[in-house]
Amino acid sequence: MSNAAHDFIADTIAKNDVVLFMKGNARMPQCGFSGTVVKILDHVGVDFADVNVLADMSVREGIKEFSNWPTIPQLYVKGEFVGGCDIIREMFETGELKEFLAEKGLLQDA
Amino acid sequence: MPMPATAIEAMILEAMPDATITIEDLAGDGDHYRAIIRSSVFSGKSRVQQHQLVYAALKGKMGGELHALALDTAPK
Repeated sequence: MSNAAHDFIADTIAKNDVVLFMKGNARMPQCGFSGTVVKILDHVGVDFADVNVLADMSVREGIKEFSNWPTIPQLYVKGEFVGGCDIIREMFETGELKEFLAEKGLLQDA
Repeated sequence: MPMPATAIEAMILEAMPDATITIEDLAGDGDHYRAIIRSSVFSGKSRVQQHQLVYAALKGKMGGELHALALDTAPK
């Protein structure tokens, strides 16, 4: 991974409480898995920064190495890798996601 | 190049011999799968760590040859 890609990723997750590395952007996801996570985050009502990995090949490959995770989307909360689409969906369905975000102080209505 | 379900199952079993594995071909195209895996190796591991173990078992095929594999993992 290039230093620039590594620094960009580290910097982005340090500066934003919730970051979704995805294909496309939150307004227009370009992959069903990314779109699912956007819908879930919108539904639970958390603000998040979106990073379109399709815009930069070095970030697209770099994030996989950074997280030791082979697929996109990837969700980071307060610098911690939370998971990909399956994990976020599972956490949403069990109510765990909302609880987790509330614990981190990221839900306004909590 | 799609990957047959039997190949996915064999690679996972090689890494975790006690695993109980069910693989569903979601779209019938040999390219979108869901794997339900129960194994003792998942005990005490977070979901992220459990999925990382499966990805490690697949030796880099995930995200490459293997386009979509939804995972449902839990300790046995």
